[in-house]
Amino acid sequence: MKAIVCVKQVPDTSGKVAVKADGTLDRASMATITNPDDLSALEAALRLKDATGCEVDVVTMGPPPAEGMLRECIARGADKAYLISGREFGGSDTFATSQIIAAGINKIGVEADDVIFCGRQAIDGDTAQVGPQIAEKLGLPQVSYVAEIQKDGNDLVVKRMLEDGFMMVKVQTPCLLTCIKELNEPRYMSVGGIFECYDNEKHPMTILDYPALKDDPLIEVDTIGLKGSPTNVFKSFTPPQKGAGMMLTSDAPAAELAGILAKKHII
Amino acid sequence: MAYDFRDIAAFKGVWVFCEQREGVLQNTDFELISEGRKLADELGCELAGIVLGNGISDETAKEVGGYGADKVIVCDSPLLEHYTTDAYAKVLCDKVREYKPEVFLIGATNIGRDLAPRMAARLHTGLTADATHLDIDTTKYVEFLKESSSLDLSKQKFDYEDRNLKMTRPAFGGHLMATIICPRFRPQMSTVRPGVMKKAEFNADKAAACVVERPAFELTEADIKTQVLSVEKAAKNMVDLIGADIIVSVGRGINKDVQKGIELAQQLADALGGGVVGSSRALVDAGLISADHQVGQTGKTVHPKIYVALGISGAIQHTAGMQDSETIIAINKNESAPIFGVADYGIVGDLFKVVPQLINEIKAAKAAK
Ligand SMILES: Cc1cc2nc3c(=O)[nH]c(=O)nc-3n(C[C@H](O)[C@H](O)[C@H](O)COP(=O)(O)OP(=O)(O)OC[C@H]3O[C@@H](n4cnc5c(N)ncnc54)[C@H](O)[C@@H]3O)c2cc1C
Ligand SMILES: Cc1cc2nc3c(=O)[nH]c(=O)nc-3n(C[C@H](O)[C@H](O)[C@H](O)COP(=O)(O)OP(=O)(O)OC[C@H]3O[C@@H](n4cnc5c(N)ncnc54)[C@H](O)[C@@H]3O)c2cc1C
Repeated sequence: MKAIVCVKQVPDTSGKVAVKADGTLDRASMATITNPDDLSALEAALRLKDATGCEVDVVTMGPPPAEGMLRECIARGADKAYLISGREFGGSDTFATSQIIAAGINKIGVEADDVIFCGRQAIDGDTAQVGPQIAEKLGLPQVSYVAEIQKDGNDLVVKRMLEDGFMMVKVQTPCLLTCIKELNEPRYMSVGGIFECYDNEKHPMTILDYPALKDDPLIEVDTIGLKGSPTNVFKSFTPPQKGAGMMLTSDAPAAELAGILAKKHII
Repeated sequence: MAYDFRDIAAFKGVWVFCEQREGVLQNTDFELISEGRKLADELGCELAGIVLGNGISDETAKEVGGYGADKVIVCDSPLLEHYTTDAYAKVLCDKVREYKPEVFLIGATNIGRDLAPRMAARLHTGLTADATHLDIDTTKYVEFLKESSSLDLSKQKFDYEDRNLKMTRPAFGGHLMATIICPRFRPQMSTVRPGVMKKAEFNADKAAACVVERPAFELTEADIKTQVLSVEKAAKNMVDLIGADIIVSVGRGINKDVQKGIELAQQLADALGGGVVGSSRALVDAGLISADHQVGQTGKTVHPKIYVALGISGAIQHTAGMQDSETIIAINKNESAPIFGVADYGIVGDLFKVVPQLINEIKAAKAAK
């Protein structure tokens, strides 16, 4: 058994988000972090490792600097890392992204009782589509919005959140789970881990580029990258600033407001 | 004829996946059907709802007709009683391959967002996530951009013959809007954010006239690799934010006396004409109010007639969920709180002092009418 965790490096959208005049994001001016849901996915995999001693592999698709994030995952306790990187992959939509990551996972190899972990949603693209699409490409069952995981023989019993409650679901392995932040509290990097994370012998870092993946049966070379992706961004723009509202500054603002609301038939 | 996702001309009609929970169709379904009607009219084609479940009566199914569907397709089986990705994706993909709709909409609920990507990957087509605005007609789309974007349209060229579905969605936590198209493959698929599209008036005659089709489909237990052991509803009654006309939301500004703050909010909502209490995420995270009250990017998107923000700073993740409300009132003690930037009316002051006054003044103003 092993766990494979998909992690994405994202701009930190919780702070100031810089948008250029043409409506695209000024990524260069923003700090990058590991996608928060993915840290919970990694933590869930590490807990499986604590319980069973299984191997934990981390995979990302991204530009070469994403290697730093993978090293941090190793410092938290992951065993091996895979960096999928190539100019041909740039600009992929979720269909294309999941195809490429699925091919990468195919290279690693999915065995009988493996579990693939994804975050539910990346905070930049915000689609929550990549996890289920990887599962489809690999032909694996999926459970999304996972908030609890228990092993039950060769199956997993997981709690899947709904808007108005939850479902308990039993799923056969191998399978793919998408995790929400509420699943757990991710651990910190350990001192030993930080020390070891650049040790390529103990923790190999494999680069999977276009030539390494292009012949994989899951890859269709004409549906990857910006040109090949099924969806295209037709326009992007920033929402307009609403015109300034009216501040009620008289001595009796509550009475003033009630008067306006009545006059405008809002109440 | 073989199914070919590239053969654009072979696809016709707008479909809406209508999610049921415990046999009951959801508000989101009716919102999407109402929106689907507009798209079908722009395309000049038929609008169909598709319902999967166990023991779905014609009467239940025809409800979608009341919001504008010409037809409803029902796939009924004990294996479809509870949602499972495997069963639902299989039946829906098989039906799409059979009927070939050109547009397929799914509510961006947490079932829809599990199902749609799986289907799009299987059907070999694109999928837009969590759309908040849809257009076929380019003229209408340009009108929308005029109102809702900061783009300088004089510098943009548009093809007014274009019949692709233009699906607009927020990304990067609401800081950026993107219009997505899927020009080469069909169907054009999108999940659509609940609470955003306006529900049409229910029309009983149209519901009665709606055609119910129950086509054959193949599904066996072996197709389903997951098993639903139980479905639990949250113990408490959930607050219905999406259906409310008046929402008074509270934020960290009530911290000094949370109980009193929530009470005042409810009293204000009642004085305004009857409504519910919402909240910012800060209170939910602090465990002071349950998560079903949360408005915002990771909570509910609402557009009530009146939205009041009490002691809420107005972070973009909050405003993303309420900025389209008809009238927004903000009360905050900090005059530079960003919430005043989206508010129609603002009062700077301590909410514990201002709200009781406002309740009295509103009652008085109403009595004087
Ligand atoms: C403004 C804008 C709007 C967009 N809208 C759409 C759209 O509507 N439809 C569409 O198909 N594409 C869209 N895209 C493209 C999409 O953002 C990219 O395909 C992106 O690579 C993956 O989507 P996501 O960030 O939403 O990831 P999500 O699907 O939200 O990610 C879920 C999980 O999948 C895993 N994962 C995702 N990406 C990676 C990765 N690179 N490496 C490792 N693991 C990963 C992680 O575990 C993550 O938590 C849009 C892009 C932009 C800039
Ligand atoms: C990925 C992500 C998703 C998020 N999703 C959401 C979401 O869905 N919804 C959401 O709301 N937030 C969300 N947030 C959190 C958001 O960024 C803010 O932290 C949150 O909205 C702040 O809540 P608040 O306005 O109640 O608290 P604060 O920002 O602390 O503001 C409190 C306000 O109360 C005022 N105040 C204090 N005392 C009084 C008084 N006596 N009278 C009047 N005013 C007073 C203060 O001046 C201040 O403006 C999200 C954040 C992230 C990173």
